[in-house]
Formats: sequence, C-alpha cells, structure tokens
Amino acid sequence: MSVLHIVNKSPYDRNSLHTCLRLAQPDSAILLIEDGIYASIKNAAASESVQQALNSHQIYALQPDLEARGIDPERMIAGISLIDYDGFVKLTTDYDKSQSWL
Amino acid sequence: MAIELSGKTYETDEEGYLVNLADWNDELASEMAKADGAVLEDNHWEVINFLRDYYEEYQIAPAVRVLTKAVGKKLGKDKGTSKYLYELFPYGPAKQACKYAGLPKPTGCV
Amino acid sequence: MATKKFLYVNRKAPHGSIYALESLEVVLIAAAFEQDVSLAFVDDGVYQLLQNQDTGKLGSKNFSPTYKALGDYDVSKIYVDQESLEQRGLNKQDLMPLVYEDEDDDWAEKDSIHVVSSTELAEIIEQQDVILNF
Repeated sequence: MSVLHIVNKSPYDRNSLHTCLRLAQPDSAILLIEDGIYASIKNAAASESVQQALNSHQIYALQPDLEARGIDPERMIAGISLIDYDGFVKLTTDYDKSQSWL
Repeated sequence: MAIELSGKTYETDEEGYLVNLADWNDELASEMAKADGAVLEDNHWEVINFLRDYYEEYQIAPAVRVLTKAVGKKLGKDKGTSKYLYELFPYGPAKQACKYAGLPKPTGCV
Repeated sequence: MATKKFLYVNRKAPHGSIYALESLEVVLIAAAFEQDVSLAFVDDGVYQLLQNQDTGKLGSKNFSPTYKALGDYDVSKIYVDQESLEQRGLNKQDLMPLVYEDEDDDWAEKDSIHVVSSTELAEIIEQQDVILNF
C-alpha cells in the first residue's frame, strides 16, 4: 500500500491539514492525531474539506487523543474511523511509508 | 530526598513534598508532622482530608485565601479564619497542610 | 497593593502544547494576589474549556478540572469568542459550566462564562491595564 499521511496540528492553527489534503494521492490514507483530531468535528469550518477528502481517502482518528480533548465520537464527521494505539501501529506497518505533516 | 517508614522509601522533593500523590497514607502524614515537631489531631485531619478532596476534584492545592474561604464553607464559619488555620499549621496552612496531605506545593503559595 | 486589570488571552489548544497549563497557573497566581483578572478564550483556546476531557490514556495530567476552581479564586469574568466557537462547530453547551458565588448578591451562584461577539471582546481588550498572551 501507499502512503499514510499523519496530521497532528489543528486545522485552525496551522495549514498542515490543508497542505496534506492538497498533496495526498487518492489511494493514500490520512491519520489525525493529537491536535489534528479537531479536524474530525462536524459542522465546523474545516468539515467540508474533510468530507470531500473522504471520497478518495480513508481517514482515521486516534481515539485516546479525542478522549483527552473531550470530543465525543458522535460529534465526528461520519466516515472517519476511530483507532486505538494498536491500530496506529498496524497502520504504520500496513502502509509503505508514513508522511508526518508536522 | 526521601522518607523511610515501615521498611518503605517514599520519594520527596527538596522541600519535603511527596513526589507521588498515590504514595500517601495516614502514617506517612503523621511521620511528616513528627519531623516538624507536630502531632496530628482531629482538627488537623479535618483540614488534611479537606485538601485531599479538593485536589481530587480540582487537581490543584488551593492558595491560602481560597482554602480559608472553602474551609469556612465546608467545616463551619469558626474554622474558616486564617487564625484558626495558622494555629493548626503554624508554618502556613496551605504549605504545611498540603505537605502532610501529600499534595504538591500550592500554586502561588505564600 | 494597587489592583490592576489583567486580561489573559488564551489562543492555544489544551494538550498539544504547554501554553494552556502555563496560562492557568499564572492566572491562579495573579488571582491569589487579588488582582482583577479576566480571561479570554479565542481561536483554538476555546478547546480548553470543552467538557469531558480525559487524558488518562495519554499519561499526562488532566488539568481541565482546575478551570472549575477559578470561581473559588474570584475569577468570574471568562469571555469566550463566539466566532471561534462557531468556526469549530461548537457552542456554549459544549463548554464546562464555570460558576462563581456573588458576594454582593447573598453568594448566589452565577455563570462565569460569557460568550461574546467580536465587538464586545474588542471593548474588553481596550479596558485592560495589562494583557498577557498564551
């Protein structure tokens, strides 16, 4: 498999997600961790671009980071998959390489 | 630094505050007081337990002004005075009582 | 000691950096010295006040319950930028209830959080003696 793109910054603080979505190939996956998980909230300014990205990418969000930030899974955009730390490890091995948009 | 008690070692910082909150027990509190030449009685325990509850709820040790007000509300007006608390804990109620309660030194503490 | 009006402007998310925790500690210190303290939460800073934060799995200290102690420290002016909330898909109900007891009103429990417009927040900023940014 191809690239796993990892985004750990809030879409409202940095342009990491924006750039990631612009430069990610259609078959690559996107993993939201740390402050990156704020992009998973629906009805927000970044929701539309995330929603659109779901048409061509698998998008994952790290559950412990959502929990730490008080984001209930019900607030998430439908189609984003929740994973735990084991899932994180598995993703990094499933994909050929990881690209972290620090 | 550390406190040796009943065959166990408890790590403390350079001012004698317990490093791990979970290490705390009654016996350890009494031992810390003993080192300051104090004996803990019911009135002391009331404040120490109050502080532990406060920390559990808010994740901080309250400043002395906040402690005084909160003690007055919880334990009665006559106890919510700095005179009462300083008599119990002459080294400073927030500082000394927090130490015996196994809490970190209060933020902005005097 | 002369009392000054201090405004702490919080614009960072809570767990991605140390800013939020540092700000909270400085606020508690200033309030312990009985200064006139106001807090503003703008941009990603509004995330600091979200309910049900649980950092257990991160192994880091969960300082979010500490905001609830602000009322005890007589910090009762907490301003949240409406536009920042909306942009993030949030509203006031998503925030922790923060209250204080009003000394001048028979200790009635009152809401500390005020969701404010840009115009209102701009005025609040103008009224301060000292503004600190985190």
